[in-house]
Amino acid sequence: MTFMQSFTELVHQRQQRESAKRIRPVETEFSKLDVRNLNFFYGEKQALFDVSMTVAERAVTAFIGPSGCGKSTFLRAINRMNDIIEGAHHNGTVLLEGQEIYAPDVDVVALRKRVGMVFQKSTPFPKSIFDNVAYGPKVAGQRNHKGLAEIVEQSLKRAALWDEVKDRLQDSALALSGGQQQRLCIARALATNPDVLLMDEPASALDPASTSRVEDLIFELKQNYTIVIVTHNMQQAARISDWTAFFYQGYLIEKDHTQKLFTTPKKKQTEDYITGRFG
Amino acid sequence: MSVPTKLQEPHLARRHRIGKAFEWVCCGSTWFGVVVLGVLLLSVGWKALTWPPAKAKPANNSTATVDAQSTSAPLSTKFFSSYDSRKPREAGILAAIWGSLWLIVLVALFSVPIGVGSAVYLEEYSNEGRLKRLIQVNLSNLAGVPSIVYALLGMTAFVKMFGFFTKDEGKSLVINLLFTTVDVPLPFDRTLISGALTLTLLVLPTVIVASQEALRAVPSSIRTASYALGATQWQTIRYQVVPAAMPGIMTGVILALSRAMGEAAPLMLIGALTYVAYTPGDITSVSDIFKNPHGLLDAPFDKFTALPLQIYQWINHPRAEYAHLAAAGIMVLLTILLLMNTFAIVIRHKFQKSTRW
Repeated sequence: MTFMQSFTELVHQRQQRESAKRIRPVETEFSKLDVRNLNFFYGEKQALFDVSMTVAERAVTAFIGPSGCGKSTFLRAINRMNDIIEGAHHNGTVLLEGQEIYAPDVDVVALRKRVGMVFQKSTPFPKSIFDNVAYGPKVAGQRNHKGLAEIVEQSLKRAALWDEVKDRLQDSALALSGGQQQRLCIARALATNPDVLLMDEPASALDPASTSRVEDLIFELKQNYTIVIVTHNMQQAARISDWTAFFYQGYLIEKDHTQKLFTTPKKKQTEDYITGRFG
Repeated sequence: MSVPTKLQEPHLARRHRIGKAFEWVCCGSTWFGVVVLGVLLLSVGWKALTWPPAKAKPANNSTATVDAQSTSAPLSTKFFSSYDSRKPREAGILAAIWGSLWLIVLVALFSVPIGVGSAVYLEEYSNEGRLKRLIQVNLSNLAGVPSIVYALLGMTAFVKMFGFFTKDEGKSLVINLLFTTVDVPLPFDRTLISGALTLTLLVLPTVIVASQEALRAVPSSIRTASYALGATQWQTIRYQVVPAAMPGIMTGVILALSRAMGEAAPLMLIGALTYVAYTPGDITSVSDIFKNPHGLLDAPFDKFTALPLQIYQWINHPRAEYAHLAAAGIMVLLTILLLMNTFAIVIRHKFQKSTRW
């Protein structure tokens, strides 16, 4: 049971950090998102089978599971990024604070402003650092340069990038390092002032030092945001998340407090996966 | 150094020889084009620069003092500032240069919005389907249609306007702008605008296909990232996709324009003039535009000539001296085309370096 012990240790370390930073323990469990009986299809192929889950507010929820298990599809269903894909359709309900996001009167543009997203591969626009961060507020109608500058500064500070780039905001974002680019993308997502932040393997293309910076950042951000993160790295899930959900072949197998899921999983499949017997 | 017998292959030397021979054949093909171009440039250049002949001081010319000044030696200032003339020594390409310039500007004005607009629709909005494939195949085919076919269309559609206005010849539509009026002749007849619209038809498929390729080269992650930040499709296209595709679009447009610039056949068919003693809108220099801004509005409806036409006319002229003038005209045309193509390459290179995804 050495796997279990190492996970326990990671979770324990996190709890120590939380109490050191006086982050209140997440016990309120107000659910920001409530997904009921979601089935998702790409054309004929079904990618999600009857998934029901709640996502707690101001907490980090991690999705783990082998490739192709549907965790990214589920993530992208929350801000309707799947709408772009031709032939994608679904049934079931996804409620954001009690409101059905697939309802006909919901404008997908407004939804995406509230539910931000960070991708696996950092995708800075080929523009200046400032313009990258200011893009979200700009397209939403913010034209006042002073207001934009404030948002940019605040967002970059929250993404722990401000000190590194404050003297070169007009430089091309493509000149930043990989880790900085990813933090820029997080800052860009924060600039639209979302409630929920979806992250699709945000650290998988980064070196260990940058990964640890991004993890620290996620840890800080959960005080203000509801964060959902897809990760392949189970240690990462144990290090940063409060809740963990395990997906397998389009089914949600198990979702629980991270500590419980990694130490006393209820399902055999979960145990096999986290102890590395498959996947 | 002893080579083990196991490493010896049959016919190895022969295979290497074949490889070498193939390399030489390819090398020869490359140099064939370069040599032909070199010969062409040299012969044209020599012909252009050996005019006027050194001994030329016609005895019968009474105004000898004027003659020395007014001879329009090719590639001298006089050559660029005179109209065509019955006297080869006084003929120049002023009307042709301004005609070509106007053509290019008008073709760009018409073909860029229409071409980029269609490309954006096809790439960003339309769904994959049979209709899109049909349009796509037609576009590729249209790009290969001979220019004379477009000329026939231009003749019918723009010069004669399907004969709708034949009853009242010389009728014109007076458009009232805020400060001034513009006389638009109906039908367009053999004016600049007919030529420009015909050339626009000719280059449109090229512009559309080039723009489509440029748009397709923009990674979809840029679009996805923009949508994820709450941008609408229009904002995504306007602020991310088109700016990122701009270098590719520009390159395609410039190359298409340089093709339009060199076309003679369509202009000949729609009846552009070969002897013109005025410039469109009476604009012969940039300062004229400020002196007479109304000329800008009149110019598209003036009769015109263009460089390739002028060259064609001079080559066909019975007097041998005109061949030198034609050579000089070719030099000017080639220089302009070369500059345009260089510009296209510079743009592409500059943006390739600054944007790596």
